[in-house]
Amino acid sequence: MISGTPPGHAPAIELRGASKVFRTPSGASHTAVRDLDLTVGQGEFVAVVGPTGCGKSTTLTLVSGLEEPTEGDVLVGGEQVTGIRPEVGFVFQQDAVFPWRTVLSNVTAGPRFRGVPRAEARERARDWLGRVGLAAFADRYPHQLSGGQRKRVALAQTFVCDPAILLMDEPFSALDVQTRALMSDELLELWGGSHGSRPGGRAASVIFVTHDLEEAIALADKVVVMTAGPATVKQVFPVRLPRPRKVESIRLEPEFVEIYREIWSSLGEEVRITRERGASRVA
Amino acid sequence: MSLESVESVGAPAALALGRTSARAKAARQRRLTVYAARVLVLAVVLAAWELSARNGVIDPFNFSMPSKIWDQIVQWTLHGTAQGSLGEQIWYTLYEALLGWALGVTGGVVLGTALGRVRFLADVFGPYIKVLNALPRIVLAPIFLIWFGLGPASKVASAVVLVFFPVFFNAFQGAREVDRNLVANARILGASNRRVTLQVVIPSATSWIFTSLHVSFGFALIGAIVGEYIGATKGIGLLVSASQGTFNTAGVYAAMVILAVVALLAEGLLTFAEKRLFRWKPGGSGPGE
Repeated sequence: MISGTPPGHAPAIELRGASKVFRTPSGASHTAVRDLDLTVGQGEFVAVVGPTGCGKSTTLTLVSGLEEPTEGDVLVGGEQVTGIRPEVGFVFQQDAVFPWRTVLSNVTAGPRFRGVPRAEARERARDWLGRVGLAAFADRYPHQLSGGQRKRVALAQTFVCDPAILLMDEPFSALDVQTRALMSDELLELWGGSHGSRPGGRAASVIFVTHDLEEAIALADKVVVMTAGPATVKQVFPVRLPRPRKVESIRLEPEFVEIYREIWSSLGEEVRITRERGASRVA
Repeated sequence: MSLESVESVGAPAALALGRTSARAKAARQRRLTVYAARVLVLAVVLAAWELSARNGVIDPFNFSMPSKIWDQIVQWTLHGTAQGSLGEQIWYTLYEALLGWALGVTGGVVLGTALGRVRFLADVFGPYIKVLNALPRIVLAPIFLIWFGLGPASKVASAVVLVFFPVFFNAFQGAREVDRNLVANARILGASNRRVTLQVVIPSATSWIFTSLHVSFGFALIGAIVGEYIGATKGIGLLVSASQGTFNTAGVYAAMVILAVVALLAEGLLTFAEKRLFRWKPGGSGPGE
């Protein structure tokens, strides 16, 4: 087990025996997550991989406070999660920027919702727009941007609130392969970049959900493999690749390939189970 | 992107430019032809009407004719109507329609959003609203006349009940179908419930609401006119009923023409406002384009 938690500190995120049961419209119950144990240390980057539709996203909504667990405990900074916490940032899979607001206004939204005065909010937003390379696009509307640019707006929108906990739900899955690699590098830079800007001098603790194992290994300190749904943790693999990393070059390292093979032997089985289930459901 | 590609073309640019201008010219020509054809259609219909009325093919007393209608409009404009000046009649009807429309829209948007947001309210009031909506509401006009008298209030009331429901249902649907991701994102970013309603639900429901605004202004006019027709001291609806009472067919048509012009102007204003409001939308999604 590796853990970025210094002694005497609570881990950034902790799930203990968390389960989530949804009621489907037809009245049946659907277990998305069962008996989930997961620990994320302070400043640790954890990637969660699993077969599609297994309940990875539900894990994030539990940590974010958007949903409450049916059973078990979800703790952030050692405290029980009872609602949306201000230190949590969330980057969604689909576009969640507000289409009727300009780019700048989208990025100021978070600080404004939190009561930061307009001038200061704008200043901080401009700063983050500069960091994601969209300074020239401040007055555009989201529909005038490319998919990658919109994702950058979403990143700036999240980072401007200076989150200590960063939850990412397949944020780059809708992008083309080249853009995705580029965005991964930028994400690592922004994440490490928040080192200096935070008063405590710590990078955010991240849970990054993806179904792309390469992306997971390239980004994370540890990779959590989920079982086929209902999801629970199957195995945790530490990734001891040196930082700073470049996504495009690191995937060619022999060590990367070795880790990939090791994790895939675990993940592949779950993917197979999911696929067989899908096939039997169709038949 | 597009700027770069134009600059980088270089040598064949002149050719492309020539082609572009030729295309623009063709498009202009086509537009002119369409306009000319439209005017022609109107002229043919009016001429046929006029001629057949003059030659006795149709009865001019029942069907009137364009020249008489025009004379009637000119007479009303220059010498006023039996109820006062024409401008005053138009203003009365417009005032009733606009006030009824504003009240109906406000009520529809507020209640529609509230019921769309609060499940409990929707469950409680849902059936009642369905029952009220099933009622042909124009039959309420006589009741309003009894309640509120001959003045503008009874017309405003009938306009309100006609306008409220379409706006309400669209606002309700709009509030229901807000992208859940947008709401989740706003909440994560720290928005309170009130902020979510005002800054996420209402903006994203505006396109729904606006579709109903176009229809509902027409309804407001109907409410005002029918109210006036049943009983009033001023207004275009009264002109219609007074003309009818004196077998002045031209007067009925003339009032209709005036109404159509008023409705078209209002529609134009609404489209203009919509374009300003929906600058954030991709492409010209406004109707009429």
